[in-house]
Amino acid sequence: MSRRFTPKVLTANDLRKGDVIYLTADGRWSRQHNEAELIDDEAIAELRLLEAMGQSAHIVGPYLADARPGPNGPEPLHFRETFRTRGPSNYAHGKQEADHVPL
Amino acid sequence: MYRYNEFDTAFVRQRVAQFSGQIDRRLDGSLTEDEFRPLRLMNGLYLQLHAYMLRIAIPYGTLRADQMRQLAHIAETWDKGYGHFTTRQNIQFNWPKLTDVPAILSALADVGMHSIQTSGNCIRNVTADHFAGAAADEIEDPRPVAEMIRQWSTDHPEFQFLPRKFKIAVIGSAHDRAVTRAHDIGLRILHQNGVAGFEVIVGGGLGRTPMLGPVIRPFLPKADLLPYLEAIVATYNLLGRRDNKFKARIKITVFENGLERFRDLVEQEFIRRRASFNGAAAEILAEIAPFFAPPAFKAADPAPFAAAYAVDGLFRAWADTNLVPHKRADHAIVTVSLKAHGETPGDASAAQMRALADLADAYGYGELRISHEQNVILPHVARADLPAVHEALRRVGLATANVGLLSDIIACPGMDYCALATARSIPVAQEIATHFKAIGLEREIGQIKIKISGCINACGHHHVGHIGILGLDRAGVENYQITLGGDHTETAAIGERAGPGFAYDAVVPAIERVLRTYLALRRATDETFIETFRRLGAAPFKQALYGDEARDAA
Repeated sequence: MSRRFTPKVLTANDLRKGDVIYLTADGRWSRQHNEAELIDDEAIAELRLLEAMGQSAHIVGPYLADARPGPNGPEPLHFRETFRTRGPSNYAHGKQEADHVPL
Repeated sequence: MYRYNEFDTAFVRQRVAQFSGQIDRRLDGSLTEDEFRPLRLMNGLYLQLHAYMLRIAIPYGTLRADQMRQLAHIAETWDKGYGHFTTRQNIQFNWPKLTDVPAILSALADVGMHSIQTSGNCIRNVTADHFAGAAADEIEDPRPVAEMIRQWSTDHPEFQFLPRKFKIAVIGSAHDRAVTRAHDIGLRILHQNGVAGFEVIVGGGLGRTPMLGPVIRPFLPKADLLPYLEAIVATYNLLGRRDNKFKARIKITVFENGLERFRDLVEQEFIRRRASFNGAAAEILAEIAPFFAPPAFKAADPAPFAAAYAVDGLFRAWADTNLVPHKRADHAIVTVSLKAHGETPGDASAAQMRALADLADAYGYGELRISHEQNVILPHVARADLPAVHEALRRVGLATANVGLLSDIIACPGMDYCALATARSIPVAQEIATHFKAIGLEREIGQIKIKISGCINACGHHHVGHIGILGLDRAGVENYQITLGGDHTETAAIGERAGPGFAYDAVVPAIERVLRTYLALRRATDETFIETFRRLGAAPFKQALYGDEARDAA
């Protein structure tokens, strides 16, 4: 019996800066989780992952992460992915910084 | 302290050039990530949760003032203005850009530092007693030997692809401040019948399968050290398992083969290797040793110390916790706490690093040490200068009087930074420190070691904490296991798991229940937590943690 597919976002790290990035529906890499494409078809998710693996000149370590729809776009399901959307809890660094700008 | 010779300098510069070229080729697409990853790891560059992380070795924890200043410069120029000192006497920068790494490595080379072999399946940064060369109880300074091991192990052609990483620690005192029994090889300097040598421990380690290393050689003459180390690592290199990452450390090799068989193989290999060394190690050690000659200590009347101690309560509290006897009566060893309540254990800002470098120059003969407990040491300070040092530390937020107390917590970076972590460590440490300060029990509780790891790999040494905390992911929620009764010293012990884990919000109350139980049960105020634990066993503390469930299960 097939299990229901948990929707995914495709995420990776930026090669130069290391920052967490997400693939959008129009094929860009965004710094914001809520701009990611929420993929609810397993075959498409696998296809997106394969395509991302071919972009190694810009990104590192692409993988699919569980997500769910939210009022402002996809939201992470696991706490690890939640931390990746913002940065560490001991300093307002990473995406929490006021001057955090997309490259 | 050791200064690079021409060979060291040329080697490190060449490596910077090689790795810079590799980064260029990664950026222009000539190298894939699969090809680049082992190259960056060989040079201490990780990709963590939010950014790259560069791990820089501080061999045997010894740092000169100019090197500390350069770390401050790197923190400000290419990172976010701070660095994180680790449990293996390294410093980590959490936010370098890949494109800035060549400049950082070049700046490190300028002061005789590097990040080589701070990752990968090779011999890692050699660690040692952070009081080396200063401790009143020292038999012999372990650093000349540690430096020789650094030189021998760096780029050793035979040992670049071991089954797994390999960690060596050296101690020169009867009191073990280097956690030698939790290392792949632990060396304890001994003098036997006037001959200098080592007790050699092999196959210790924490992580998934914590083990205290057994003694493989009760006494190894000093001249035989390198061939014997080579024999151990070569035996492990061939015998160690490469089929299963979780069984690849030498502790498993020794355990599965038995110490006797492993020792027999090592001794056979040692005989072969010793011939080829032909006394070369002794010559190298003789060249290294003068670099670690004690500084020209100035004699000073310690009267200003006594005067400040008598009248200044803040100074007295700090002196009571943060000073250790020096081998000279008119000097002291100062531990500068990087554990201010509510701050991140092991972090220092660039301004703090500069202040420490200035203090080392003004009052400490230019010397600094980094401890595996994530503090900074001024190893030689005249007692007369201690009030001035304390005042200067106070101005930069470094005068926290808590060394050895509850808030002097070891904590790994955990899931705030680390890609391997299964839960956070830092905020747990912060909350324990601030909570017990708020309820005013820290001094009352006295000496205790709390150690926190954010995953089973145990970088936070939780197994050897009097109270250990291990953060795990239980069905998508952070969950914390508590271990009790560990010991990181010469009476090393692995703590026992108390029972089921606690939710993130329940950890601090659980620790408080354990510690209130200790306060109620101790015989006198000078019976420490670990002494009470050893006298009574785990039962009353499990009862405190779990109530009647613990009793029913017993």
